[in-house]
Amino acid sequence: MDTFILIGITGIGLGALYFLIASGLSLIYGLMGVLNFAHGSFLTVGAFVGFWVASKMGAETSMPEFILAMIVGGLAAGLFALLIEQLLITRLYERHIDQALVTVGVSLVVGALLGGWFGNDLRMFPTPLWFLTAIDVGGAKIPADRVVYIATALLLLVGNWALLKFTRIGLVIRAGVENRNMVNALGINVKKAFSTVFFLGGFAAGVGGVLVSVYSNGVSPLIAGSYLIYGFIVVVIGGMGSVPGSFLAAMLIGIIRQFANYYVTGLGDFVVVILLAGVLLIKPQGLLGKVKA
Amino acid sequence: MNTLSVKDLHVKINESHILHGVSFEVPTNKVTALLGRNGVGKSTTLRSIMGFYPGTGSVQLNGVEILGKPTYKIVQSGAAFVPEDREIFSSLTVKENLSLAARGKNNEKAYESVYGLFPELDTRAQQLAGSLSGGQQQMVAIARALLNKNEILLVDEPTKGLAPKLVTEVADVLARVAHETTMLLVEQNLALVKRVAEHVIVMDQGRVIFQGGPENLSDAAWVHQMLGVSGGHK
Repeated sequence: MDTFILIGITGIGLGALYFLIASGLSLIYGLMGVLNFAHGSFLTVGAFVGFWVASKMGAETSMPEFILAMIVGGLAAGLFALLIEQLLITRLYERHIDQALVTVGVSLVVGALLGGWFGNDLRMFPTPLWFLTAIDVGGAKIPADRVVYIATALLLLVGNWALLKFTRIGLVIRAGVENRNMVNALGINVKKAFSTVFFLGGFAAGVGGVLVSVYSNGVSPLIAGSYLIYGFIVVVIGGMGSVPGSFLAAMLIGIIRQFANYYVTGLGDFVVVILLAGVLLIKPQGLLGKVKA
Repeated sequence: MNTLSVKDLHVKINESHILHGVSFEVPTNKVTALLGRNGVGKSTTLRSIMGFYPGTGSVQLNGVEILGKPTYKIVQSGAAFVPEDREIFSSLTVKENLSLAARGKNNEKAYESVYGLFPELDTRAQQLAGSLSGGQQQMVAIARALLNKNEILLVDEPTKGLAPKLVTEVADVLARVAHETTMLLVEQNLALVKRVAEHVIVMDQGRVIFQGGPENLSDAAWVHQMLGVSGGHK
């Protein structure tokens, strides 16, 4: 039973990391139709800025210092995302192939620049000592850092929900995900919502970058790779533009992957791809996605 | 006096030349009906005026050029649009659909006026718009346009796909609104057009072939020749 609990909770922790990456990807695609391959670079920028802030605190950080590093990393990634949107993406709306090429280019450039500057080796992320402890849940010893991943993802989910549900910009974003031309036809400049979504998506990816660095035992320009792929899988399974859908899919994938890997080493990725194929065949719009108008 | 003036409007969509120099005027405080067979470019004309499609020529709203401006600026300058397929936001509530459209700070009177026209929307304010019937969705689409003070209302086939009883309801609303605003109406229902229109434009193959009063709509031969339908005698 304790093994079951351990795998389940670590799966949820992994799902939380996927959600942090996928939530922004999902909103960006859902609202703007932009397939953003540069999203991984937002994660990497957030991780490096967070690492820089945490390193200033010493070889280990207190919890408030770690949270500060996470927020600054998120803000830096959000601003970087906004910069990319303003400089490049705004010129390429409705040009999907160009968007894909440019965003892949951004991701390669950021990876090369950071690699050239810092090297590609993992650098240990200074974390609170508490992260190295374990929490007893029903007899299972759960690594404490998993709790931070889950709590952060839940906070982001609630924050996203509150923004989308109770604010004017949230209303515009929800409407824009459904039909952005009609939002314009109501006299609303939907591009302002685009910028907001890019910033929020970048922020979430940056926070995710800091946590991925902790999970991966260090920061490196190469950390985003597989997480970006999983981010896209989560978005497709959850439904383009649906943040709750991304949360559900991320948790599902995290848990299924952990269990599959526990019983047959290396089977996790295969099972996730089977799940993706199944969703695409049975419910192509994703678990909570809507068919576009 | 004309609220809208369209001159030599050419529109191409995906290399297809859809509008071939369309020119017409929409007189102020009158309902102008834009008629023609299916596929002659009526909806494209409305959508081009709203900035959905790029074009060449001139479109002036109260003397100010709006062709080439982004859609949201055209709407802010006073053109409201009720699209052919309603295009309400199905995942939002009725109230959210309306509040998204309302641009002013104090809209209580506008809401009162809209709920006066469509009392059902008030009682269904918290209902998801996607769960409404076709007629109720049309009410939401029209209500969104009426929430703001507009210079002109562009309405594209508001009775399309509606049951006869609902057609009458929508016609009643349009007739009431017609007293207060300038309207450019695309509509296939000739009975409705005859009831509300004071000016008629007929299009064929992307061109305007007639502009004038609605008297000819009672001439069956004229209607058959211009629109390819019977009904002029009604």
